Amino acid sequence: MSRIQACFEQLKTNKKKALIPYVAAGDPNPDITLDLMHAMVDAGADIIELGVPFSDPMADGPVIQKASERALVYGTSLTDVLAIVKQFRQTNSTTPVVLMGYLNPIEIMGYKVFAQAAQQSGVDGVLTVDIPPEEASDYIPILTSHELDPIFLLSPTTTKERMKIICQYASGFIYYVSVKGVTGTSALNTEEVAQRLKIIQEVTDLPIGVGFGIKNAETAAAVGRVADAVVVGSALVNLVEKNAHTSNNEASNQKIIKEISQVLVSMRSAMDA
Amino acid sequence: MTIEQQADKKLSDMPDEQGHFGQYGGMFVPETLMEPLRELKEAYIHYFQDKEFLAELDNDLANYVGRPSPLYFAERWSRELGGAKIYLKREDLNHTGAHKVNNTVGQMLLAKRMGKTRIIAETGAGQHGVATATVAARLGLECVVYMGAEDIQRQALNVYRMKLLGARVVSVESGSRTLKDALNEAMRDWVTHIDNTFYIIGTVAGPHPYPAMVRDFQAIIGREAREQSVQHEGRLPDALVACIGGGSNAMGLFYPFVDDQDVSMYGVEAAGHGLETGEHAAPLCAGKPGVLHGNRTYLMEDRHGQIIPTHSVSAGLDYPGVGPEHAWLKDIGRANYVAITDEEALSGFHDLTRIEGIIPALESSHAMAYVTKLAPTMDKDQFIVANLSGRGDKDIHTVATIDGIEF
Ligand SMILES: Cc1ncc(COP(=O)(O)O)c(C=O)c1O
Repeated sequence: MSRIQACFEQLKTNKKKALIPYVAAGDPNPDITLDLMHAMVDAGADIIELGVPFSDPMADGPVIQKASERALVYGTSLTDVLAIVKQFRQTNSTTPVVLMGYLNPIEIMGYKVFAQAAQQSGVDGVLTVDIPPEEASDYIPILTSHELDPIFLLSPTTTKERMKIICQYASGFIYYVSVKGVTGTSALNTEEVAQRLKIIQEVTDLPIGVGFGIKNAETAAAVGRVADAVVVGSALVNLVEKNAHTSNNEASNQKIIKEISQVLVSMRSAMDA
Repeated sequence: MTIEQQADKKLSDMPDEQGHFGQYGGMFVPETLMEPLRELKEAYIHYFQDKEFLAELDNDLANYVGRPSPLYFAERWSRELGGAKIYLKREDLNHTGAHKVNNTVGQMLLAKRMGKTRIIAETGAGQHGVATATVAARLGLECVVYMGAEDIQRQALNVYRMKLLGARVVSVESGSRTLKDALNEAMRDWVTHIDNTFYIIGTVAGPHPYPAMVRDFQAIIGREAREQSVQHEGRLPDALVACIGGGSNAMGLFYPFVDDQDVSMYGVEAAGHGLETGEHAAPLCAGKPGVLHGNRTYLMEDRHGQIIPTHSVSAGLDYPGVGPEHAWLKDIGRANYVAITDEEALSGFHDLTRIEGIIPALESSHAMAYVTKLAPTMDKDQFIVANLSGRGDKDIHTVATIDGIEF
């Protein structure tokens, strides 16, 4: 059983929903990421979504764009990200890690080389924002044959017909993008999301995570009532941005870790209440 | 895939259903855009067979744009170069001063039929932004143009033109603050306002159906050039030359000739400070395949797959990617891709101005500079059709500054 599947089954037994934080690897500097990952697990994260920095993050709003830019100042590459996951796995063998990013760094590395390296590093799932299943007939089998779950997005514009096609290829969980827009922009409408989730549930038995627009403990709890997982990104990355501009990396890293942990703890307790 | 293997299929039959030109092209976009792109593809396929639509397009091209554009025999320049005869396809004489308007007129007609009320575009040199703002003004539609902060500085005149036309010009401060970032920002806008917004992409790049659709709107250039070549010379040209930013003026000229194997085609990229310096915008000559802006194509990227900064004296060529059909034409060997430096382009600019009394855009000057290399290698009874994609008014300031002149 994959780590992601095991994670969701465990949560189901405990009648809990998954809390999935997103941070960009190497943001605001490469030193922070490993400590931050462990701290997020301690603060109640069930799965970690680790952003792979890209120069042209077409689907991201300003908050995550800037995260990518900060990480790229240090040249954080896909290879570096995989090395971080490998280190994380030395002391954590249970928390699933999903890489989220764009196709080009993976293309350059080569699908097979990437999949082998990701599997060896202990990556569990890969969410490639800009490859729909139509373009992924080579890509998906390579991921799955290396025990990597291909995670796909569904959006408010996805028709039921497309949902069926996408869910055929997806494993691990389905990621429902709650709003038409880029990351970090508008607030989501819980009613609307609940309606859409009903339709998605008719199409798949996979757990469904909801992301885009989850800002605080209250929205996390509201989404947790209707979805299997809550993905929170820009709200955390904002805290990185707020604290990144000091000359002392060590001090600002500690502050970032503390503030992100606090937000996750509050979300966790609101979701579990 | 080689030309031989394609024998039963015409080169002009591309792309396939999903927008692939061999391994290039396709639809590499976030899920939210898949449905809007499907709708756009349907509208494009439907209206390209709709008599009323095509009649309206023809009428606009004739009476608003001023087509057909002349095919001008540059007699004095041909004589000076002492080789093949040179004909210039005068896209600089179009309304708004470049080929860009052929495409914006067409996409605007589609937008109207699809019931969209808000128009967005990206622009580099500002020519596509101006051409979009122009057609939006004509229909009284809201228009937002995304432009890199860097380009806003370089092309101040076009920024003002867009504002006069009623468009809102949004300065893009992210990434390298040039055309590629403007395209990212326009995509983000589109994802956020899909319901009422039509995104007019200005070149043969982006996800399917854009590369095919923009080519089909620009193919009027090549169709006219074919007929005019026959009128002037009684036959098809020996060679075609066009500059390549994203590749729309080149694709527009080349496409109606791709099945005519005797017509050679030369796409001219920007070599900037020289290919060997790394400071250029020549992905076909010096890049490698990857995925950006919704399609697979040749890119300028580092070994980790990050897109790297480009350089060209002409803002309209300053793009790290290129239309996927060019990537394919390169790989199958149907078209040749070459590069011209800033310096060579500037001398092309001065040559044409001095010898023929035509001031070309800096983008087009790259094609002109290549003609000065190519023509002397050809026979006097051969002839070249070179695309003069735009006029140079917008670039006078840049050229003057380089020449050390202050106003
Ligand atoms: C006059 C002119 N020619 C050429 C280009 C390059 O674009 P494309 O390669 O799509 O024709 C531009 C772009 O701004 C332009 O303004």
